[in-house]
Amino acid sequence: MSSLVLIVILGLYLGMLFFIAHWAEKKEGSPMTNNPYVYTLSLAVYCTAWTYYGSIGVAADSGLSYLPIYLGPVIIAPAWIIILRRIIRISRINKISSIADFISLRYGNSRFLGAIVTVICLTGIVPYIGLQLKAIAETFHVVTQTPIRTNIFDDNTTYVAIALALFASYYGTRYVDASEKRRGIVTAVALESVLKLVFFVVVGLYVTFGVYNGFDDIYQKAQHLPDFVARNTIGGLPQAMNWGLLCILSMFAIFLLPRQFHVAVVENNRENHLKTAVWLFPLYLLIFNLFVYPIAWGGNILFEGKSVNSDAYSLLIPLHFQNTAMAVLVFLGGFSAAISMIIVSSIGLSNMLTNNVLIPYNLLGNLSGSEQSINSQRIITSRKIGIFCLIILAYLIYRFFGLDYNLVSIGMVAFVIIAQLGPSFFGALFWRRGSRLGAIWGIIMGFVICVYTLLLPYAMGTTNTNAHFINEGLWGFSLLKPFQLFGLDYLQPVSHALFWSLFFNFITYFAVSVSFKGNYRERNYAEMFVDINRYSTNHENAFIWKGTAYKNDIEKVLVRFMGEERTRRAMNIFNVKYNVDQKQELADARLVKFAENLLTGYIGTASARILIASVVKEEKITLPEVLKILEESKENIIINKKLTETSRELQELTAKLKEANDSLIQKDQQKDEFLDTVTHEIRTPITAIRAASEILIEDEEIPEELRKQFLQNIISESDRLNRLIDKVLDLEKFETGKQEIHLAAHPIMETIEKAVEPLQQLISNKNIAVHLEGKATLMAWYDEDRIFQVVTNLVSNAIKFSPDENGLIVIAVHEKPDAIEVQVRDNGKGIAKGDFETIFDKFYQSTNQNFKKPIGSGLGLAICKQIIEMHKGQIWAANSSTGGACLHFTLPKKEQL
Amino acid sequence: MRKILIVDDEPNIVMTLEYTFKKNNFEVFIARDGQEALEILKSQLPDVIILDIMMPLVDGFETLQHIRQNEQLNHCKVIFLSAKNKESDIEKGLALGADAYLTKPFSLKKVVEKVTDLLA
Repeated sequence: MSSLVLIVILGLYLGMLFFIAHWAEKKEGSPMTNNPYVYTLSLAVYCTAWTYYGSIGVAADSGLSYLPIYLGPVIIAPAWIIILRRIIRISRINKISSIADFISLRYGNSRFLGAIVTVICLTGIVPYIGLQLKAIAETFHVVTQTPIRTNIFDDNTTYVAIALALFASYYGTRYVDASEKRRGIVTAVALESVLKLVFFVVVGLYVTFGVYNGFDDIYQKAQHLPDFVARNTIGGLPQAMNWGLLCILSMFAIFLLPRQFHVAVVENNRENHLKTAVWLFPLYLLIFNLFVYPIAWGGNILFEGKSVNSDAYSLLIPLHFQNTAMAVLVFLGGFSAAISMIIVSSIGLSNMLTNNVLIPYNLLGNLSGSEQSINSQRIITSRKIGIFCLIILAYLIYRFFGLDYNLVSIGMVAFVIIAQLGPSFFGALFWRRGSRLGAIWGIIMGFVICVYTLLLPYAMGTTNTNAHFINEGLWGFSLLKPFQLFGLDYLQPVSHALFWSLFFNFITYFAVSVSFKGNYRERNYAEMFVDINRYSTNHENAFIWKGTAYKNDIEKVLVRFMGEERTRRAMNIFNVKYNVDQKQELADARLVKFAENLLTGYIGTASARILIASVVKEEKITLPEVLKILEESKENIIINKKLTETSRELQELTAKLKEANDSLIQKDQQKDEFLDTVTHEIRTPITAIRAASEILIEDEEIPEELRKQFLQNIISESDRLNRLIDKVLDLEKFETGKQEIHLAAHPIMETIEKAVEPLQQLISNKNIAVHLEGKATLMAWYDEDRIFQVVTNLVSNAIKFSPDENGLIVIAVHEKPDAIEVQVRDNGKGIAKGDFETIFDKFYQSTNQNFKKPIGSGLGLAICKQIIEMHKGQIWAANSSTGGACLHFTLPKKEQL
Repeated sequence: MRKILIVDDEPNIVMTLEYTFKKNNFEVFIARDGQEALEILKSQLPDVIILDIMMPLVDGFETLQHIRQNEQLNHCKVIFLSAKNKESDIEKGLALGADAYLTKPFSLKKVVEKVTDLLA
């Protein structure tokens, strides 16, 4: 394939990524870009071109040794839920934008430490980026079957590198605040992760099932090759130790690599996304590794005896069969793997470079005096140039130093260098005593060992002039042989270097931390990092600071980086969160911490501290003082926690009491209302009787007709009085269980007819139509007098609530499997839903009644309920489909035992 | 002839009051509830109103409030006549502007005396 065509394809491909990134940036916050799957896939930036091509090379040349690099992350992934969550929380709260920020903040905003971490990262990662460019360049030439040009300006891959550098520097610096999320980049990376996996699986299937007849076929043919057995067994204890160390190495890498820190921590939107990542990420790695072996051994079989680069098997096999399209797909997959690593790494490194080296050491000029727009512009430009330069530098390293070792070994060197951050990084999370000096000396010590056992011999190996140093040791001391330090001779160079560098790193970190206590700031942050969960909502409170500061001065500093509007908003949030009076002039520790936090995202932790310190007058606090304050605040927190708990319990109790009280009050009110009703109901007939009697006794001239009328009234009012008393007594009897019932089988329809009969007068007065529905033969088991009472009551109610015109009452009887159900429906206004249960309460008077004076006594339904329950039936209220009220009750068909 | 309006929903009680006041030379109007009373008051200006409290639709308290808002009825005396005999009810009734509060059961003689007193 010609170079031009491939360049066009690459151009289109980059254009598509550019478009996706642009689109995602616009869709920020939408579930399309902000979900656990995009997050997990972005973590797969771990799989670089090294994974894509190099694993195959290792598997082909040395068998299983490629596996530990994936086993480490798989083993540690479940622990992310705890460890990574904690890192994310700390970083989010403190607006940390890189691992250098993280470490330097924990050890007291140490400027020097931040710079060292940055240097370590640059040393490890820039050649690693070079490695990715090398992979792109070499595979480019493999696919186009052109030689690499010696003049870099003639080589097409140079322009690919420049295009990449431009793309990364444009998209990586959209925000001044480095802790802002970059949805565009993350989404593009996630997409690339999908593509590289798909393409790799496609070529795997092609080799396994297209070129060969499945896994068995490859195995059958491969086992006849020489070295097959030796390459596929773990060779005893030393080999196992090598393996173990490599697993540990990759466990460190998955936390510490700047690009992993960037996607996993800085770009994390929700802690909960981790829940998906812990299973999906290992699964991703597993699928990726499924076809490494078949491709490697497929290549070994195919190219046996020929000298070809085993790293490029996945391209060479399709090309061998003239399958160019497949080769281009594979190339694009590798390209994806490489560029996502390059972009994310260079963004991370460039942030570190500006925030932890250039700004704190004033290399960008004095930022504290200038305007916000100038400052922002300067920071962004420096980051842009940083990204661009890093990528170009990496390309130059590849071109001029050759990076002759295969993909894996250079990657491994990078891992070992980055692993030097391990002790101080994990120490930051779990160990309060870890100090700044300990971290600095630990990292330096580890790095020196790295240089001695790995970088130096490798660098020499490339020029191959001083084999003496490697074979005989420094100055001929055999204990100082770089690959067999102190006589440790059974480890491979990488594991060997890892072992000794981490050993000394850790010992130094520990020893120095224990011997020299850190200053108060370190101790303060140690507390916040280790106990992050306790401080996650109001971490500003945990910050200890003494001195004088004016709010105005701090605001001025903020404005210089954030602009007026954002500063004002941030200050509002602060004032509301801590209930601070806006007019207050003096700033307290919380505001100092809050301001430092805000600035951290823009200029890194160390500079933030320096900048704020320049406008406030800080008083020295001694370490014992800090420890005392911390101790007190710890106690306070415990007490607070207890108080909160107690107050919560009290609140619950209060709520319960209130509820009980309310229901008592309600009962009381109901009782009052009931008494009022009963009083009224009793007094009314008495009043009528008394008044009529008074006339009769005083007035002798009363006409005969009226006299008779008054006497008649006296009789009917007396009857009324009597009925009321009966009802009250009835209820009392039912409630105390004194009422006896005489159960027998009765035809229910007959009873209903009997009950309705006396109400005919009322029914025809109101012009109501009454329908009876049901078979005359239906029998039920009840006390006829009592059910008569129930039906009378329900029908009276129905009459009462029927509309004045076109009233309709339906009494329907249905046979159910084990009961007879009676319904009384009217076409009135129905019952309010909330009243379905309460209308059966003793003192209940429907609130829905149009009458302020209750017509009934409030006892009818309560009595009905008592009666039905004595029959072991049920009574309930509902509304009929037409809206009127519908009361149902059931009676047993047979004698209940 | 002085006019009296009797507002009560119990016909048997109304009947005794009607008979008694007619005998005492009053022109008697009758309403079965507050709403009816307010209707009648649109066309009639009685000297005295006897008002029950627990009535359907518009109760006595509410009726009195309406009456007191009507300036034409300023001179009109209002007597509550109710089975509610709690102090709180009596206070409420008087606070709303009733001229007297009598409880049921009542003595017709005393009701007439009270009305005569108020009109004197």
